[in-house]
Amino acid sequence: MEDIQLSDAVERFLLGQMDAGELSRFEQLRKSNPEVDQFVVEHSLFLNQLNEFGERKQFRSGLQEIHNNLLDKGSIKNLAPKAKVIDLFKKYRRVWAVAASIAGIIAITISGLVAYFIPNLTKPQLEQLSREISIQKKIIRALTNEVRDSSKITRVPINETFKFGGTGFLIDAKGYMVTNAHVIKGAKTIIVQSRGQEYKAALVSVDTERDLAILKIDDNEFKPFASLPYGFKKSGADLGEQIFTLGFPRDEIVYGEGYMSASTGNNGDTMSCQITIAANPGNSGGPVFNKNGEVVGILSTRQLQAQGFVFAVTAKNIFKSLEELKKDTTYQNIKINTVSSVKGMERPQQIKKIEDCVFLVKTYQ
Amino acid sequence: MNTAFQEKELLKGLAKSDKKAAETIYKDNYNMVQALIINNNGSSDDARDVFQETMIVLYEKAKSGTFELNCQLKTFIYSVSRRLWLKRLNQMQKYGGQIENMVETVPVEEEIEGHEQRNDQFQAMEKSMMNLGEPCKSLIEAYYLQKRNMTEIAGSFGYTNADNAKNQKYKCLMRLKKLFFAQHKNKEK
Repeated sequence: MEDIQLSDAVERFLLGQMDAGELSRFEQLRKSNPEVDQFVVEHSLFLNQLNEFGERKQFRSGLQEIHNNLLDKGSIKNLAPKAKVIDLFKKYRRVWAVAASIAGIIAITISGLVAYFIPNLTKPQLEQLSREISIQKKIIRALTNEVRDSSKITRVPINETFKFGGTGFLIDAKGYMVTNAHVIKGAKTIIVQSRGQEYKAALVSVDTERDLAILKIDDNEFKPFASLPYGFKKSGADLGEQIFTLGFPRDEIVYGEGYMSASTGNNGDTMSCQITIAANPGNSGGPVFNKNGEVVGILSTRQLQAQGFVFAVTAKNIFKSLEELKKDTTYQNIKINTVSSVKGMERPQQIKKIEDCVFLVKTYQ
Repeated sequence: MNTAFQEKELLKGLAKSDKKAAETIYKDNYNMVQALIINNNGSSDDARDVFQETMIVLYEKAKSGTFELNCQLKTFIYSVSRRLWLKRLNQMQKYGGQIENMVETVPVEEEIEGHEQRNDQFQAMEKSMMNLGEPCKSLIEAYYLQKRNMTEIAGSFGYTNADNAKNQKYKCLMRLKKLFFAQHKNKEK
């Protein structure tokens, strides 16, 4: 049997066009000849596939026809898809959510980092003008011996090292004095010194926000003053006003002169002002006077990168700090003198009067 | 007449490629499927494609003779369309989760799987037909798909007689068979 005839036979077999005789002969052939049987199976499979393919194609085109018919009749309608924007929003909703979260996290992280690093960055820009002194013990001993030799009494504590030095000055004749908080930071013992005489001092209060500390000379040797020669000017100083300061950048009192250069401090800090004056470590806590001998500020820091940028805490803050302190009844008798008695005097005379009230502040740790 | 009986009759009609039955099913269910697709990121073109695909699934199920509808026809169509659309959304990477349910659904995973297998086979056939070239393609289409008789075909294709055309058709069929099984083997690899 030729292949073409066999193929024809399979087609007729599938369509059921064979009569009984032919069918039995066909079955007989399949049984006796496995090759023929194999062909029949394979060919039927293929023809069925082809047939179904045709039917599906026809059905599909039929469906399209129905679709168009129904559209024409109005039985079905094409609905417009939802607006594209919503579509886009829906499509990228997760992406947006993720992006927004990431942006949020980054923003928080950055602001956190900024907040964390900014104070660390500005601090080195400013040098606190307290004096760090690393004198060898021997020298201290020598000095103390020398002091002991003289009639003056030493207050140097044994086994503690002289660490920082700054300046302080009286705000009340009874022995209350003010200095910078950073001067007495970490101090175990505070010794103040004027004209070579040392006195023990106790810490009354620390106001780190304003960088102010109030001390009280707590020593039998200290004789309270009748009154202070200088006053405090709450309103501070105007730009360009001549100012002068007294301080202890070394063990000797040093006079400095300058002018008021800006009404705000570093980075617009309103608690302090900028002055132009020669200032060195040890000047911290020193009084800043105007020409009338009125305290307008307390010298506190200087900028490292630029020369001549010195900052002083304004006098107003001393008043504020004291007000807070006065809430405690023990300190209600502290009075701030607002009238200067050295007004109109020549500068050397002013200094002679004032210098007794300005102290070298030494701290021991 | 209750609806279950009506639906059975419709499916019988569909199995026999009865246009009336197909049109009734189409009319009764298209809007539901369209609403589903439109509400879930699709266009009316997507709706048409998905619905027609569903109709084909239904048609082939009905023709197989073993199909027993255990739920409402509407539910079956909705379930199949929903499943097909989910699959397509996944392929477009538009959506990865659930789509909103309007009505109850029945599991149709098997149906979809069988349908996809047949789709693969038909694609292989389509491709083989494309590769067959003329006049073979037209000859095969005329005889096997349009079921025209040999004498008529011989006339329109310019063969001297039906036997000649038959001979030619046989050669074409063998080539198509070869191409088809080659495709099939490639798929399986």
